[in-house]
Amino acid sequence: MPSTAIRVHQLGKQFQLGARKERYRTVRDALTEGASRIWQSSRGLLRGTRRRGRAGETFWALRDVSFDVQGGEVIGLIGRNGAGKSTLLKVLSQITEPTAGYADLYGRVGALLEVGTGFHPELSGRENVFLNGAILGMKRAEIRRHFDAIVAFAEIEQFIDTPAKRYSTGMYMRLAFAVAAHLQPDILLVDEVLAVGDAAFQKKCIGKMGEVAKQGRTIVFVSHNMAAVRTLCTRGIVLDRGEVSYQGDIERAIYQYFESLATPSAASSDGPVSFTEVRIGGRPTGSIQSGDPFTASCRFSLAAALPSFRILCAIQSVNGDALAVAPLHHHEFRHLNEEGIHELHASFPPLWLRPGVYSLHFRLQANDLNSGKSTYISDSIMLDVSGDVAPEMLYGALTPRVEWAAPRNSSSRAVNSEAPHAGAAAPR
Amino acid sequence: MMSDQAAVPARTPMLHLAPSESWVSLRLGQLWEYRELLYFLTWRDIKVRYKQTALGAAWAIIQPLLTMLVFSLFFGRLAKMPSDNVPYPIFTFAALAPWTFFANGLLQSSNSLVLNTNLVTKVYFPRLAIPIATTLAGVVDFCLAFVVLLGMMAFYGVHPGARVIWLPAFLLLALVSALGVGLWLSALNVKYRDIRYVVPFLVQFWMFATPIAYPSSLLQEPWRTVYSLNPMVGVVEGFRWALLRTGTAPGPMVLVSSLAAAVILVGGAFYFRRMERTFADTV
Repeated sequence: MPSTAIRVHQLGKQFQLGARKERYRTVRDALTEGASRIWQSSRGLLRGTRRRGRAGETFWALRDVSFDVQGGEVIGLIGRNGAGKSTLLKVLSQITEPTAGYADLYGRVGALLEVGTGFHPELSGRENVFLNGAILGMKRAEIRRHFDAIVAFAEIEQFIDTPAKRYSTGMYMRLAFAVAAHLQPDILLVDEVLAVGDAAFQKKCIGKMGEVAKQGRTIVFVSHNMAAVRTLCTRGIVLDRGEVSYQGDIERAIYQYFESLATPSAASSDGPVSFTEVRIGGRPTGSIQSGDPFTASCRFSLAAALPSFRILCAIQSVNGDALAVAPLHHHEFRHLNEEGIHELHASFPPLWLRPGVYSLHFRLQANDLNSGKSTYISDSIMLDVSGDVAPEMLYGALTPRVEWAAPRNSSSRAVNSEAPHAGAAAPR
Repeated sequence: MMSDQAAVPARTPMLHLAPSESWVSLRLGQLWEYRELLYFLTWRDIKVRYKQTALGAAWAIIQPLLTMLVFSLFFGRLAKMPSDNVPYPIFTFAALAPWTFFANGLLQSSNSLVLNTNLVTKVYFPRLAIPIATTLAGVVDFCLAFVVLLGMMAFYGVHPGARVIWLPAFLLLALVSALGVGLWLSALNVKYRDIRYVVPFLVQFWMFATPIAYPSSLLQEPWRTVYSLNPMVGVVEGFRWALLRTGTAPGPMVLVSSLAAAVILVGGAFYFRRMERTFADTV
């Protein structure tokens, strides 16, 4: 029954670095750069080879990417910034052409790389729905059929004939997403659209995407929002510097992605200072319960005494936002600047982090007062937070158990909330 | 598209994405599939063109009208330019109406891809739709100017006669010429923004190379045909012949102009398609 929806085989995409950096070229540049290039490329044309550009001026945004997606699967495409996720989506949605390999798509493709593509501020909401729908590949009859549903979803019935430039950002986004949400392709490619808009909007988007997934459509979803990826996706593909570093189970994919986050910084043993170990709760991989206190520890070695340095321990979300930063000045523990191996323990109170994966970093910054140079090293570990929370609570960065009270007249009576849903069930 | 997919369950991909060969087909069939988008883009360009301008669509008339006044004064009155035995104002306006259409089409379509960067980098559709829509939107402006032209013909008592049925063919020729040149320029403009500065000059020079202020009857015969390699020569002479009943039978001129326009259009379309694959990366 399940058949292949997308087959990507050794796909590569190369960019000319120069062409990417400069906004555009002028004829003069082209002339000075190139009679020899023209000669080379025309020779290449004759030989049937394509000019690949001069070495060192190009880079591969995607390299040797291969994977298959079955019909009805929801794939999370994750990776750090610049890993090639967006480029891959652009290739799959035909916006840009691959340089090597191929991709086969079995079905009608709809791409949602941006919410509100082609919206024109001078046109009314109604006109924009039709224009935007046509741009996304819908037929006029199709748009007309869904028109009422689109307007209802966007909740802007009374403003539908107002020019879009008078809309608030929220209205604009809602209308734009509403159009896109009614696109009915077999394969839907979605890039980070949930990054915009407020929590309520994001919630609506996730809900709609889940609905679309249930209809058996194939979705490739790019996001930095691991909570959304976790909820929606069945399988994950991790891209790292243009290559597939993992594909498979979504939980493992997220884990893999986090490990890749730690790699470049882990190498930082700079001269006299180095981290030798970072642990959480005494173990090399940290997994904790959301409401539990925990202790992060590190060892670092000093080859020589350092006059002055600072250490901090920080927790970062998958998006790279710092959620908690705990600084330590060396004068709190005088012995730390002596030569040798030191151990530090940082005990965190319950943080009530939203279940998901985080990274925990130790950073050490040493200032050499004589030369004015500062040494900066860090080491990271993944912090896997689990917990049992109501779905609504996932829209907050923190998921504390909140106690509600409803004083009536002067006599107040506390309501104890033991169950996790109690907080969220209250009216907003 | 959906029915295709239902008929052929899985094994043949609907889309095969791979590096393309050096020369690519025009994929006119696909352009036809996207005709509704073409319609919406044209409609958008028409609706938006004069939004938030005080004079609105009057701009479509003001431009050729003022040019006509200036030309009538300097070329008609002062320089006593011959005008094929037709009152000079209408002689030049009959040329200015299609010329303005051509010149604006050129200016706007050459900039169209750059103006629509957000579309080009975020969604797929045949890119040809953008310059085509921009050029087509100019037809509305032409129609307004044409109404003025009809008014002037009534004023000067010029009756076109049966030849007027050829007029749509000449308008088509103007459209083809504008689109052909527009395709070249818009594709070039993506990579070389110099085009933005080149186009106004180009339009200016082209205007003097077209018999707008003067009749092409000033040229002797072997040269007149060579001269009509400029497709706008055929358009302008055709307009005058069909509307003003000027003596010059434009047969060979129109033929040469049509051939030139066709070559420019086909070449432009292929060049455009060839450049299209890097638009999203370079724009």
